[in-house]
Amino acid sequence: MTDSLWIILTGSLVAICCSLLGSFLILRKMSMVGDAISHAVLPGIVIAFLVAGTMQSIWMLVGAGLIGLLTTFLIEFLHQKGRLQTDASIGVTFTWLFALGVILVTYYAGNTHIDQDCVLYGEIAYVPIDLVYTTSGDPIGPKAVIMLSILLCLILGCLLLFYKEIFITTFDPAYARAIGLSTNTWHYLIMGLVSLTTVASFESVGAILVVAFLVSPAASAYLLTKDLKSMLFLGAAFGILSASGGYFLASAINGSIAGAMVTVSGVIFAFCYLIVSAKK
Amino acid sequence: METFMEFFSFQHPNVKYVVLGTVLLSISSSIVGCFTFVKKKSLVGDVVSHAVLPGICISFILSGSKDPFVLILGAFVSGWLSILIMDKIVQNTKIKEDAATAFSLSVFFGIGILLLTFIQHSGNAAQSGLDTFLFGKAAALVGDDLIAFGIVALIVIVLVFVFYKEFKLISFDVEFAKVIGLQTRQLEFVLTSITVLAVVTGIQAVGVVLMAAMLISPAAAARFWTNNFQRMILLSALFGIIAGVSGAYISFATPAMPTGPWMVMILSGIALFSFFFAPRKGILVRQYKRYQIQRMLLEENLLKAFYKIDEKTDFESGAVFTDNRHLSKNFSPTQLQKGLKALRKNGYVTASRSGWRLTNEGFEKGKRITRLHRLWELYLTKYLRIAPDHVHEDAETIEHVITPELEARLQKLLDFPTSDPHSSTIPQ
Repeated sequence: MTDSLWIILTGSLVAICCSLLGSFLILRKMSMVGDAISHAVLPGIVIAFLVAGTMQSIWMLVGAGLIGLLTTFLIEFLHQKGRLQTDASIGVTFTWLFALGVILVTYYAGNTHIDQDCVLYGEIAYVPIDLVYTTSGDPIGPKAVIMLSILLCLILGCLLLFYKEIFITTFDPAYARAIGLSTNTWHYLIMGLVSLTTVASFESVGAILVVAFLVSPAASAYLLTKDLKSMLFLGAAFGILSASGGYFLASAINGSIAGAMVTVSGVIFAFCYLIVSAKK
Repeated sequence: METFMEFFSFQHPNVKYVVLGTVLLSISSSIVGCFTFVKKKSLVGDVVSHAVLPGICISFILSGSKDPFVLILGAFVSGWLSILIMDKIVQNTKIKEDAATAFSLSVFFGIGILLLTFIQHSGNAAQSGLDTFLFGKAAALVGDDLIAFGIVALIVIVLVFVFYKEFKLISFDVEFAKVIGLQTRQLEFVLTSITVLAVVTGIQAVGVVLMAAMLISPAAAARFWTNNFQRMILLSALFGIIAGVSGAYISFATPAMPTGPWMVMILSGIALFSFFFAPRKGILVRQYKRYQIQRMLLEENLLKAFYKIDEKTDFESGAVFTDNRHLSKNFSPTQLQKGLKALRKNGYVTASRSGWRLTNEGFEKGKRITRLHRLWELYLTKYLRIAPDHVHEDAETIEHVITPELEARLQKLLDFPTSDPHSSTIPQ
C-alpha cells in the first residue's frame, strides 16, 4: 500500500471513531467536555511515558485514559460541590492540566519524543513510517492504523452491545434513572472512550484538531437528520470524506494534512448549514 | 535568594520588560474575564484565542510583513468572525451552544494550522516567528510588544472605567438594560471587541490554549471571595498580577521553565485554593456547615425521640432509657452512637449504669421540638387545609428551623392549643 493510502486510512479511522463518539457528545451537550479531555490528556501521556520509560502505546492509553476520567470527574465535582458554573469549571480544569503537561514536556524535553507542535496539530505524514512487524519481520502496517482499528472495534463493540442503554441515558436521563440505569456509568464509559480516542489520534492529528473531528462531522450529520442511527452513519461518512478530501487539499497546497482535513470538514458543515437554511 | 534579589530589583532590562508585559496582560485579561464569567460565556475567550490564527496567517499572506499591528488587525477580524459564526449556528440550527463553541474553535484552528504550515512550507524567509502565536513567548517580550500590551491594557481599563455601569447591566440583565433604553447591541459590540482585543494581544505571551485560563481562572477564583462585582474585578486583577510576576520570576530563576504555562499553573493554584478554602463559598466550608446542620438535626431528632418515649409512659420513667429498642427503629447504630455521644458532650443526656438519662435541658429541648412539630401540624391542617395524615413529613423539616418569635406567633394564631390533629398533647 502506498503512503498516501495509509494516511487517508489513518485519517478516516480517526474520523470514524471521533464522529461516532462526537454524536453522543453533541446530543448530551458535552462537546466542550470532550474539548477539555483532549487537552487534559497531555500530562497523562507525559507521566505515563516517564513512569513506563517508553512510548509504548498501551501505557500512554492507560495514563491518558485515567487523566481523561479525572478531568470529567473534576469538572463535575467543581460544578456540583463547588457550585461553579459549567463553562468556568471546564475552562479552569483543562487549562490547568494542559499547563502542567506543557511544563512537563519542556522539563523533560530531552527525554520524550513529544514536542509542542505535535501536541497541537500532530503529524499524520509520519504515520506510514512507524510500522509494526510480525515476529518473522514482515511489516503488518503502521502502528497508528493498528491502534486505531482496535479502538474502532472497541467503540463499535460498546455501541452494539449497549446501544439501548446509551440511547436512553442520552435522550432521557430521568427515565433512565427511573428504570434503574446508572446514568453515571454510561457517562463515564463514553468519556473514557473519548479519552482513549484522543490519545490514539494524538500523534496523527494532535490535541486540538481531534476536537474538530469529534464535533464537526457529527454536527453536520445532526443538521440533516433526526434519527440517531442515520446521524451516526452520516457522521462517519462525512468523516471519511473530510479525511480523503483533506489529504488532496493538503498535497495541493503543501500544508498540514490534519489541518486540511479539518478545513474540509468545516466546508462540509457549511454546505449542510446552507442546505438546512435553504429548506427553511 | 540571590536570584530573588536580582529579580525584584528589576535592574535587568529583560526582567523589567517581561514583568511589565505579563502584568499588563494579566490585568486586561482578568478584568475582561470577569464580564465573560458573569455572562456565563467564559469559553468565548477560548474560542477567540484559537480562532485568531487564520486571521494572523491571512494578514501575513496579504501584507507580507510581521508588523504587530497588521497581524493584530487580522487576528481581531477572525476572532470576531468566530464569535459571529458561533452565534449564528446557535440561533439558526438545533445545534446547542456547547457544540457550536467546540466547532467554531476547532475548525478555525484547523484552517489556521493549514495556512500556517502552508506559509512555512512556502519558503518565505520572513515567516519565522509566526508560530510564537501558538505557544507564546512571554520570556522574550521586547519593547515593541510592551507598547502593544500597554495600549491594549489602557484601552480595556479606560473603556471598562467609562462604561462600567452599562457593561455590568448587560452582563447581569440584558432585558432590563433594554427596557431602560440602553443601546445594548452597541454595548455588546464594544464589550465583545475588548474581549477579542485582550485575547489577541494576550496569546502572544501565553499561547493559544492557555489564553483561556488568563480570562477564566482569575475571575472564577475572585467569585469565591466576594459577592460584590467591583471587588471581584479588583481581586481578579490582583490574582492576575500575582500570577504574572511569579510566572516571570520562575522562568527567570529556572531559565528552562516556560513563563506562560507557569503563570497559568499559579493562577490555577489560586483558583483551586479559592474553590476549596474560600470563607463562606469554599467547598470545605460548605461541607463543614452541612455536616454541622446534619449533626444538629440528628441531636434534635434524638431528643424528640427520647421525649416521646417518656411521654408514652406518662413521664413515669423519670426520663431513663435502659435500652435502644425504640430508637433503633428510626436511627442507624452509627447514628445512635454518634448522636448520643454528642448529646452527652453537650449536657443533654447523662449515661449511668441503669441507662441513658435526659438532663433537664435535654428534656426541655426534646419537649420544645415536639411542641413545634405538633404546632406546625395543627397550623397546616387548620389554615392550609391539608389532611392530617399528610402533615407529618413537612413538620419533620420545619420543626428544626422555627424561631422562638415564630413559635409565639403560631401559639397566638392557633389560640394556645392543647392538642394536635392526631390528638396528641401539645406540651407547654
